[in-house]
Amino acid sequence: MKLTLKIWRQKNVDAKGAFVRYPVDDVDPEMSMLECLDVLNETLILKGEEPVAFEHDCREGICGSCGFMINGEAHGPEKATTTCQLTMRHFKDGDELTLEPWRAKAFVFVKDLVVNRRAFDHIIEAGGYVSVSTGQAPDGNTILVGKEVADTSMDAAACIGCGACVAACPNASAALFTGAKITHLGTLPQGEPERERRALGMVAQMNAEEFGSCTNIGECSAACPKEIPLEVIANMNRDYVCASFRRRDDLPTPVTPGS
Amino acid sequence: MSNAGVLPQPASPVTFWQSTNGKKIVMAVTGCIMFLFVTGHMLGNLQIYDGPARLNAYGHLLHSLGEILWIIRGVMALTIILHFTATIQLALATNRARPVGYSRKESINSSYASRTMYWSGPIVLAFVIFHLLHFTVGAIHPHAQFVEGDVYGNVVAGFQVWYVSVWYIIAVSLLGLHLSHGISSMFQSVGLAHPRISPLLKFAANAIAAVIVLGYISIPISVLLGIVK
Amino acid sequence: MTLDAKIPSGPIEQAWAKACFDMKLVNPANKRKHSVIVVGSGLAGGSAAASLGELGYNVKCFCFQDSPRRAHSIAAQGGINAAKNYPNDGESVFRLFYDTVKGGDFRAREANIYRLAQNSGAIIDQCVAQGVPFAREYGGSLTNRSFGGAQVSRTFYARGQTGQQLLLGAYQALERQIHAGTVKMIARTEMLDLIVIDGKARGIVARNLITGKLSVHIADAVLLASGGYGNVYYLSTNAKGSNVTANWRAYKRGALFANPCFTQIHPTCIPVSGEYQSKLTLMSESLRNDGRIWVPKKKGDTRSPDQIPEEERDYYLERRYPSFGNLVPRDVASRNAKAMCDAGYGVGKSGLGVYLDFSESIKRLGEKTVRERYGNLFDMYQRITDENPYKVPMRIYPAIHYTMGGLWVDYQLQSTIPGLFVLGEANFSDHGANRLGASALMQGLSDGYFIAPYTVSNYIATNKFEKVDESHDEVKSAVSAVEQKIAKLLSIKGTRTVDSFHRELGKIMWEHCGMARTAEGLKEAIGMIRALREQYWKDVTVPGSGDDLNESLEKAGRVADYFELAELMCIDALDRNESCGGHFREEYQTSEGEAQRDDEHFSYVAAWGYRGDDAAPELNKEPLEFHYVHPSQRSYK
Repeated sequence: MKLTLKIWRQKNVDAKGAFVRYPVDDVDPEMSMLECLDVLNETLILKGEEPVAFEHDCREGICGSCGFMINGEAHGPEKATTTCQLTMRHFKDGDELTLEPWRAKAFVFVKDLVVNRRAFDHIIEAGGYVSVSTGQAPDGNTILVGKEVADTSMDAAACIGCGACVAACPNASAALFTGAKITHLGTLPQGEPERERRALGMVAQMNAEEFGSCTNIGECSAACPKEIPLEVIANMNRDYVCASFRRRDDLPTPVTPGS
Repeated sequence: MSNAGVLPQPASPVTFWQSTNGKKIVMAVTGCIMFLFVTGHMLGNLQIYDGPARLNAYGHLLHSLGEILWIIRGVMALTIILHFTATIQLALATNRARPVGYSRKESINSSYASRTMYWSGPIVLAFVIFHLLHFTVGAIHPHAQFVEGDVYGNVVAGFQVWYVSVWYIIAVSLLGLHLSHGISSMFQSVGLAHPRISPLLKFAANAIAAVIVLGYISIPISVLLGIVK
Repeated sequence: MTLDAKIPSGPIEQAWAKACFDMKLVNPANKRKHSVIVVGSGLAGGSAAASLGELGYNVKCFCFQDSPRRAHSIAAQGGINAAKNYPNDGESVFRLFYDTVKGGDFRAREANIYRLAQNSGAIIDQCVAQGVPFAREYGGSLTNRSFGGAQVSRTFYARGQTGQQLLLGAYQALERQIHAGTVKMIARTEMLDLIVIDGKARGIVARNLITGKLSVHIADAVLLASGGYGNVYYLSTNAKGSNVTANWRAYKRGALFANPCFTQIHPTCIPVSGEYQSKLTLMSESLRNDGRIWVPKKKGDTRSPDQIPEEERDYYLERRYPSFGNLVPRDVASRNAKAMCDAGYGVGKSGLGVYLDFSESIKRLGEKTVRERYGNLFDMYQRITDENPYKVPMRIYPAIHYTMGGLWVDYQLQSTIPGLFVLGEANFSDHGANRLGASALMQGLSDGYFIAPYTVSNYIATNKFEKVDESHDEVKSAVSAVEQKIAKLLSIKGTRTVDSFHRELGKIMWEHCGMARTAEGLKEAIGMIRALREQYWKDVTVPGSGDDLNESLEKAGRVADYFELAELMCIDALDRNESCGGHFREEYQTSEGEAQRDDEHFSYVAAWGYRGDDAAPELNKEPLEFHYVHPSQRSYK
């Protein structure tokens, strides 16, 4: 089939960007979105043009590298599917697809469809862990975790950090990402001792990175390729309220955003 | 990016308010207070169907509360100011959070109500101001004489003006829209959510919002249809 | 040269304890004065960087992705082995050790494997403490499953995302150290050369992939945890970015490359669908626990699978290996699938596929149970193929998945360049000629959490480090070599893209150095690779410049290294006149078509040394001795 790709081209953060339309013939319905871009890029290279830059790595939906807006939807129209696993059979011959990078101040633009998601690392750095150094662990079975608890934790831990939640949110909020880590660790007994510290630290960092606020509308969860439930945001809020009222002073120092 | 957030931030009312999450919690709590007020106000209004004596007595009762009435008014004013300030600040933060917008953006899950909170809120606020001037102060009372203390008469006279009623109906419908998202959202904001309860809550929020809208707009409609005169 | 692995003498059970006790320690107050470079942030690199940071060293960790959390360890699905014996089914350190030695077809070092089995339990403990949400029983204890043909249930798992969860554990520990200031994370940066000064590894030259700027990083020790080289085949289950460049530069600087021909083919991948195919997707091996593999008995049968009656199906693994059935090790399962397809029994459009059928399990266990066990894998299969595996059998075909070969290291995980340590898949050490399922995660974390922190400390404690800066001649020459190579690649401006060369190289390798190899084919492949490499340096085209994000340039450098590696792999495969594990030479097979080892002549590690671009590599041998597990013909009948 034949498609037209309308792609945001911008050389770097300082350059001026614009959409460019590229016709792609011979699109196989079995191809993934990224393979379709590969095909386009091969022709661009042979024409002496610069290929479209896009982020990708594992191409099996788990590393979280890939992702851009496809026709106004993060990762495209398929539910629970990353861009790398989105096959072209979901489009019709003659369709025009608009490809745009994630847009958020905290995701600093890099090139074409590539943005920088270091802000997510900073949020994790601000408390998204259990403080246990190598060698301090007791036997695995001394910490009992009920199956339901482990399952709830795993649901939240499935986050791949792709940034679709931020991209899909009209407010560019990172609440789903932050809430997912807070829920993953806070649900487990291992995460309990640092629960309040974690909520305060991560929320402070999320705000320092200038992500927008959450308006509880659920676009994030609907766009999430791992279907992280909206409840994780409530969990974050709950931990944050409880922690705020207890007023701890020994918080982790937020890192400089953008570093 | 600035070096915002480089300093250690012990939890304090200031940092709480400064965080988007803290503001949302303030909005949830103030929203809840306003929701309770709106519900109570509606129940009060519905006494109109019991005739002028009942409604006017109710109005009189409220006025006789004296300082307590002023405390309630003060709390409501503060509530509105906090809710409104938080909204403005969050809206500004949202604008900062996405300086470059999308050329195309689809909404795939969010309700119309949730996406229009930023519009329905201010319109309802404008209405509230009009409404106070209309029925409480009596400063604006088109085509009729405002009679202090004659609540029933004022209502009937006020709503007999068709465009006042239409404006009222539109504003209250927007309030309903606002509430249909707000009632469930406030639970999420303060951290009360459960996969089993959240869908029920969403349904309940819509139902409650609908009841409130119907309760309120029944009055101007009744007046216009001549059921209440 | 005969290589000394420096295995401690005495009983194997005490070898590691003895080695640890013999190691020198670094004064806690001095640790921050010592710097360590870790290249790679996967399970091995991430865990090593975090652990060394916790000890107080001054660590710099590099990854080419935008975040350390994206390393390809994240894609491991099935699980991680540990000798915990929680299910009370006869598991022990010795059994895990035994199975791994045997599974590796007696081409790995006993002492290393024993240590790996000893560390396995502590890995689980560490990960649980970090908050890895392993699968649990209702009572709250950890649950296990049997995996990849093991006859005990020793595999711990977190749904089908075990690698992801373990990596996030290591990543979180790493982020904690980044916050503490002990680790500096340098993302989107690729190592392009190793700096060796006075015979010691002292740093790296790296390129920032966004700005194109080269930078020099000096340290007291360099740890390579840069993964495997499966992408030499172009199509593999590796991430697109996975590459051999860091390892290859170390090789060219004097480290030995061991057993490069030992590659693992994973039996359960989704078959190739077309020419545009960019990578292959693995379906967890755990599927073989409940799925039955079959092909039609009739050649070229084009009926849909539900039209083929039971008696016209050939469950060839169950037929040939009655005791292990569908759970034979990966190499055996893969080779049989290829043999079936080569003989014309393959299914699907391309004829390169066999059925993996769950209908019986669904009948026996119910769809709900099957969904609970494999739901996410079934969903993924359906997403890619548009076929519903609850109704139609899956089609699977083997694909390159893991490389057992890698840089040669001694018992301390140190390469032949002092101060250069190699961890995880990047080294050659623990899996011999075939890796068992759920063992890669175990090895990566064992190396990173529990071995490197000791051995790197010992190295630092026992060596003196001259102050080195960027003005050193070795540094300058390394930088200029990198600059020249980049300039050269950009200047060719030929007519073919990097990917087209890579794809062609991959085909040569898959054809001649893949699941089955012959002396003739390998010789032919060497000639083809050389010719293609020559053409590459004349006719490749790399658009853009070297001073911004330019993926074509990144790939061009990596593919250039793959050409050289591919040749070495073929040389190694040609030199090893036997079949063992994943290395199957058609000339050397038993009458039943199984791999025929030659322990008398080939019970050694082949560690190749670089002698120049045009010179043949030098073969060094590390003889393998088996004192605890006596080499025997593997049998899964």
